Amino acid sequence: MTAAVQLRNISKSFGETQTLRDVSLAIRPGEFMSLVGPSGCGKSTLLRILAGLAPQSGGTISIDGTGIDHLPPSARDIAMVFQSYALYPHMTVRQNIATPLRMRRLPAPARLPGIGRLWPGQRSKHNGIDQAVIDAARLVEIEPMLDRRPAALSGGQRQRVALARAIVRHPRVFLMDEPLSNLDARLRVTMRAEIAALHRRLGATFVYVTHDQVEAMTMSDRVAVMMDGEIVQCASPAQLYGNPRDLRVARFIGSPEIATISSDELIAENGGFAPVLPRDPVTVAFRPEAVLLSPAADHLEIPATLERIEQLGPELLVFLRLGSGTRLSARAAAGRIPLSAEGQSLSAWLPARGFMLFDANGRRLDAPHIREFADAG
Amino acid sequence: MPADLTQSVSISRAPRRLGAILSPRIAYGLAAPSVLLLVLTVMAPIMMMILLSFTSYKFGETGIEWIGIGNYAQLFGDRTFRRALWNTFAYVLMVAPASVLLGLFLAVLIDGLSKGQRFYRLIFFLPVTATVVAMAMVWKYLLHGTIGPFNLLLQSLGLPSLDVFGGRDLALAGLAAINIWSLAGFNMVLFAAGLTAVPEDLYEAAAMDGMDSKFDRFLNVTLPLLGPVTMFVIVTSTITAFKVFDTVAVITHGGPRGATDVLLYTTYLEGFSYFRMGSAAAMTVVFLAIMMVFAWIQARVLDRKVHYR
Repeated sequence: MTAAVQLRNISKSFGETQTLRDVSLAIRPGEFMSLVGPSGCGKSTLLRILAGLAPQSGGTISIDGTGIDHLPPSARDIAMVFQSYALYPHMTVRQNIATPLRMRRLPAPARLPGIGRLWPGQRSKHNGIDQAVIDAARLVEIEPMLDRRPAALSGGQRQRVALARAIVRHPRVFLMDEPLSNLDARLRVTMRAEIAALHRRLGATFVYVTHDQVEAMTMSDRVAVMMDGEIVQCASPAQLYGNPRDLRVARFIGSPEIATISSDELIAENGGFAPVLPRDPVTVAFRPEAVLLSPAADHLEIPATLERIEQLGPELLVFLRLGSGTRLSARAAAGRIPLSAEGQSLSAWLPARGFMLFDANGRRLDAPHIREFADAG
Repeated sequence: MPADLTQSVSISRAPRRLGAILSPRIAYGLAAPSVLLLVLTVMAPIMMMILLSFTSYKFGETGIEWIGIGNYAQLFGDRTFRRALWNTFAYVLMVAPASVLLGLFLAVLIDGLSKGQRFYRLIFFLPVTATVVAMAMVWKYLLHGTIGPFNLLLQSLGLPSLDVFGGRDLALAGLAAINIWSLAGFNMVLFAAGLTAVPEDLYEAAAMDGMDSKFDRFLNVTLPLLGPVTMFVIVTSTITAFKVFDTVAVITHGGPRGATDVLLYTTYLEGFSYFRMGSAAAMTVVFLAIMMVFAWIQARVLDRKVHYR
C-alpha cells in the first residue's frame, strides 16, 4: 500500500519564466512530507506535476521505482485533495465519494448518471462500492451527511468529504494542496490533528503542500522548504528550526521571525562580540528564545528600545529595536519582567556562543572562523 | 463528534429589514408610480383583451355584444385554428430541441478551441443581431425553388431540386431551419457563459477520479453543472419558437394551403385582416395560457430542481 516517491531533476517553465529548477526529492514509503514555502515558490506546481495534471518540462517521477511520467492522473494510483475541495455540486456526498470507484470499477454504460443503475450484472460491484463509501465516510465521521449535497455542508464537513473521496480507493500516495487554508483558525487546528491521525491510520505516503509553516512543522515527518522554484532544505521539523542551512529557511520557519543582525553592528553595540565573530562581515541570527532580558552567564548586554509587547498568556513576546533600527524579539515568561511604556530603554542579553552565522549569500557557516583563533594563528 | 459536525449550515429565510420603517402612507405613495405603470401597461391591456374575447366585437363596429364563451367554442370547432395550433406545436418541437442542442454543441466546440474563440462566437452570434424580416427575405431567395442558389447547387450535383416553401411537406421545416439558425447562436452564448462558470479544479478532480475520456467528463461534470443554464435555454427557446410570426408573414403567408399557419399569424389575420377582434382576442388568450404554462415550469423547475446552491 505505501510507496516511495522519487522526483528527479524536475523542472517546469511557463514560456520564459522558470517555476521549477532541477527539483529532486525522495519521499520514503509512508512518510508525511510537506512542501512549504511562500506563495509563488512552485510548490503547488510541483504537486500538480506529481499528480499528472500538468506535464513537467524536464525530469522524471517514479513511484516504487517505476516511472509514471507517461501515465494519466487516474492511472498513477494517486489521490488528491484540492484547496477548494472540488466537490461535484450536483452530487450528494455519497455520490461524490463513490465517483472514483464508479469510474474505475463499472463499465461505461453502468456509470451513466441516473440510468446506470439499470445496467445488468453490476449488483455485486454496486454493493461493493456502497460499502466502501460508507467505510470511508465513517473514517472521517461524515456518515450522517451522506445524502446531503455539498452546498448544505459547512467548510469543515466539505473538507472531510474531499478526504473521504481520496481515501475511498486506497491510493498509494495522497496529495494535498493547501487543504486547510479555507477553514477558520480553530477548525484548522482540529483538522490538522485529524489529518495527522488519518496518516498514521492509513500508513500511506502523504505529500502535503502548504504556505503555513506551523501546519508543516506540526504534521510532517519531513518538511521540504521551497523558495524560488528550488528546494532549499528538506529535513525534519526540529532540524529545520534548530539547524537551518539557509537564511531564507531560518526566516521562514519559526514565529516570531528569527532576528538577524550584521556582525559589524553587533560589535559596535558591544565590543565583547568581536572575539567570537569571524573577521569577514556575516549575518548573526538569534531565535526569540535565545534573547534574554536579564543578565546570564555567557551572554553579552546590548542596549535596546521597547517597541511592543504581545501577551500570549503563559509567555510574552517582547519586540525590541536596536539603535540602528534593527529589530529583535524575545520570548519571556509572563509576570517575570516588569515592562511598561513603549519607547522605554532597556538591555537585552544575547548569547556569546551557539548562535547561527550566515554568509553574504545567506548560506549557513558551519564552523565559524572565530577571531580568537584567527588572531592566535 | 467533532465540533464542526454539529453545526449545520442554516440559511435564514426571514426577511431582513435594510432601512428605516416607513409609515404605510409613504410606502404606498412610493410604490404608486410603478403600480400605476404596471396596471396601465401590462394588467389593463390583458384584462381588456380577456374581456374582449367574450364579445363579438368587430373592428370598426360601434355596437358590442357579450356572447360569453361563444368565441372559444367556435375556436375549438374551427379547423383553421386547430391546424394553426398543431402547426405551432410541430414547429416548436422542431425548433426548441434542435436550437438547444446545436447551441450546446457549438458552445462546447468553441470552448475547446485554444485560439479564435472570440471570432467563432461572433460569427455564430451574428444571426441574432440581424433583422429577422431582412434575413427572411434572404432565406426566401436562397431556398427559392427555381432561382435559389441552394437548388442550383443541388442541380449541379445532379440531385433533384427541392422547392422548400413551394410544397406543403417542407415549408414548416424550412421556417424552422431559419429559426434554428438564428436561435442557436443566442443559445450558444448562454451556454458559453455557463461553461466559463464551471470551476477548472472540478475537471482536475474528475481527471484524478478516473474520468479519462472527454465524454465522461462532459457527461458527469459539464452537463450537470450546465443544468440551470440548460433549463433556462430550453424554456426561452420554446417561448421564442411559440412566438414565430415574422418569417411566416414575410415568406409563406401561412401557405402553401395552410401548411405554415401558426397561432400568431392566424390571430393576426383574424384581427387585422378580417377585423374579428373578439375571436382574435380569444386566440390570444389561448396563446397566453400556453405561455403561462411555460413561465410556470420555468419558475418551478428552474428554481427547485437544477440549482445546486
